[in-house]
Amino acid sequence: MALVISFLAAAVVAGTPLLFATLGEVITERAGNLNLGVEGMMLMGAVAGFSVGLSTKSVILALLAAMAAGAAGALIFAFLTITLRANNVVSGLTLTIFGSGVSTMFGKELVGKVTPDNVKAFFAPVAVTGLSKIPFIGEVFFKQDPFVYLGYVLAILLGIYLYNTKAGLNLRAVGENPAAADAASINITLYKYIHVLLGGALCGLGGAYLSLVYVPAWQENVTAGRGWIAIALVIFSTWSPYKAIFGSYLFGGLDIIGFRLQGTSIHVSQYVFDMLPYLVTIIVLVVVSARKNKKNAPPQGLGVPYFREER
Amino acid sequence: MFRFVKRSEVNSRTSTKIRVIAILLALLASGIFILLLSLNPLSVYGSMLKGAFGDPYKFKQTIIKAIPLVITSLGVTIAFKMQFWNIGGEGQMIMGAFCASAVAFKFPSMPKPLLLILMIIGGVIGGGVWSLIPAFFKARWKTNETIVTLMMNYIALKWVTYLQYGPWKDPKAKGFPKIANFEENAVLPKLFGIHLGWVIALAMVVLVYIFINKTKKGYEISVLGESENTAKYAGINVNKTIIIALFISGGLCGVAGMIQASAVSNTLSTEVAGGVGFTAIIVSWLSFLSAPAILLVSILFAALLQGGAFIQIVYGIPNAAALILQAMILFFVLGSEFFVRYKLVVKKELAVEGGRA
Repeated sequence: MALVISFLAAAVVAGTPLLFATLGEVITERAGNLNLGVEGMMLMGAVAGFSVGLSTKSVILALLAAMAAGAAGALIFAFLTITLRANNVVSGLTLTIFGSGVSTMFGKELVGKVTPDNVKAFFAPVAVTGLSKIPFIGEVFFKQDPFVYLGYVLAILLGIYLYNTKAGLNLRAVGENPAAADAASINITLYKYIHVLLGGALCGLGGAYLSLVYVPAWQENVTAGRGWIAIALVIFSTWSPYKAIFGSYLFGGLDIIGFRLQGTSIHVSQYVFDMLPYLVTIIVLVVVSARKNKKNAPPQGLGVPYFREER
Repeated sequence: MFRFVKRSEVNSRTSTKIRVIAILLALLASGIFILLLSLNPLSVYGSMLKGAFGDPYKFKQTIIKAIPLVITSLGVTIAFKMQFWNIGGEGQMIMGAFCASAVAFKFPSMPKPLLLILMIIGGVIGGGVWSLIPAFFKARWKTNETIVTLMMNYIALKWVTYLQYGPWKDPKAKGFPKIANFEENAVLPKLFGIHLGWVIALAMVVLVYIFINKTKKGYEISVLGESENTAKYAGINVNKTIIIALFISGGLCGVAGMIQASAVSNTLSTEVAGGVGFTAIIVSWLSFLSAPAILLVSILFAALLQGGAFIQIVYGIPNAAALILQAMILFFVLGSEFFVRYKLVVKKELAVEGGRA
C-alpha cells in the first residue's frame, strides 16, 4: 500500500508540469487558436524561470520571469496568427523550434547548475492541515509542494471561468463561431490575444516547474516532449480544465512507471517503458477520434484565422 | 483611417519583393539577438558564410548536410500537399535507418551494389510503414495526425535507444553503448568526393517534381489538399490517396535515414536523424511545397547549420543560434504572407466607414 501511495503521489508531481501546459493550451484552443508551440513556450519558461531564480534567488521573480517568457513566445504566435492570419500549425511548430533554440542558447551557461536552496526550500512539500489526514487521498494529494496546489487551484478556477462566467461564455463563442461572436460585439482580437498570452504564461510556468522543482537543476531540453503530450492531453480532456487534472496525473504516472519498476521483479527494459506515454497518447487519440460525438469535438473555429472582411 | 483589403491579384514581382524584405528583416531581428550577446552581427554573418562555403572542405560539409534535408523535405512536402501534417519525418528517418541497418547486419558479406539496393529498400519500408500507421488512423477515423506522427518520433527514438543499450550493443566497444559499425560494403561510395547521397537527392528532386506536377496521383493529392469535398466529387478515393501519399512521404524520409546511417555515421545511432526531420518542415514550408525550391532552400539551411557550427568554434556562440535564426526567418516569411495577400489602404473619406462592401 505504501508503495502504491508513493507511486501515485509521485505521479501527481510528474503530472503537474503537464497540467499547467494542458490548461494553457485548453484556453488557447478555446479562443480558436491551435498553438503547437507548447514545447517551445515551456522551454522558454524553463530557462527564464531557472536563470532568474538562480541569479535573484527570488521565487516570485523566477515565476514571473517564466510566465513572461512563455507569454512572449505566445505573443509571437498571436501576432502571426491573429493579426497576420498566418497558418496556425506552421507558426506553432516554428515557435517550438524557436523556443528550443532560445532555451539551449541561454541555458548554455546554466548546465549543471542547481536550484538555489531557498527556492528549493520554498517548494518543499507541505501537508495541508486537515485534508492531509484523509486516508489515502490525503497522502497522495495533500502532502505536495505549493506548485502542485497551485495546479489544483488553477484548474478549478479556469473551469469556473470557462463554464460559469460571462467572459468564459464569450471566450467559448469566440472559439466556436467568431463571426457570430463578432456580431454580438465581442472584441474577437482582444479575447484571442488575452487568452493566447495567458496560455503561453501557463506553459511557461509548467516549464519552470520542471527546471526549478522537478529536476531541480538545469538540463538541456528539460521538457523532453512533454509539451506535445500536453497538446494531446487537451484532446484527451475534451477541452475541459477539470478533465485536464485527471489526464495530466495519469500521464504523470506513465512518465515515471519505467523508472519506478526498476529494481522490482518486473524485468522489462526501461527504454521500453519510456515509450509508454507516447504510445498511450496515440491510443488515446485514436480512441477519442473513433468514438467521435458532439460533446468532445474541438471548438469549431479551431485553427481557422478570422477575418471580418471575409465573413 | 486605414484598413487591409484583399489584393485582387497577386503578381509574382510584388510577392517576391515582400518575401525578400521578410528575410532581410529576419536577419536584422536576429542581428539584434547577436548584439545582445555583445557581438558584431555583420562579422558573425560573414563568418557563417565563410564557415559554410569558405573552402572546398567546408563546401563539401555543407552539401553533406543538405542531402538528408533535401530528401526529407521532399518527403514531408508530399504529405503537406495533402494538408496532412506529417511532423514525423524524424521518426521515419530513424526507422528507415533501422531497417537499412538490420539489412546491413543480416547480410554482412553480400556484394556491395546488391546490399546497398536492399538497404535502400529497407529504408523505404522502414520509413513508409512508420508513416502508414498515422495515415491509417487518419483515413479511418480522422485521428489528429500532427500529434500521432510526432509521438511516433519519440517511440522510434526510444526503440533505437533500446537497441543501442541492449540487444544491438557492440560487445567490442568496452561497455560503451554504441552499435557496431557497418562492414565496408554497407557504406555508400563517393562520387566527386561526396557520398552518392547527392545523386540520390538530385534524382528525388526531379522524380518528386514529376510526381506532383505530371502524374494523376500527384494531382489527386493536390486536389485532396485543397478540399476533401472536391476530391470526393471528382471521384478520388480519399483513403487510398492518403495511404499512398504517406507511404511515399515516409519512404523518402526513410531513404534519408538510410543514407545518414550508411554514409555519415556508418552505423545506427540515436543521433542518426539529428533534427533533420524538423528542419525539413521549415524548408518545405519556405519552399512553398515546390521541389526545385526545396533544393535551393535546403542548401541555404545546410549552410546555416554548417556556418552555425563554425561560429560556435570562432565566437563560442552555441549551435542553437542557428535554430533561432531558422525560426526567425520562418516567422518573418509566415508573417509576410499576409502582406502578399492583403494590402494596406488609406481611407480618404471617413463617411464610407458605415457601409462595408
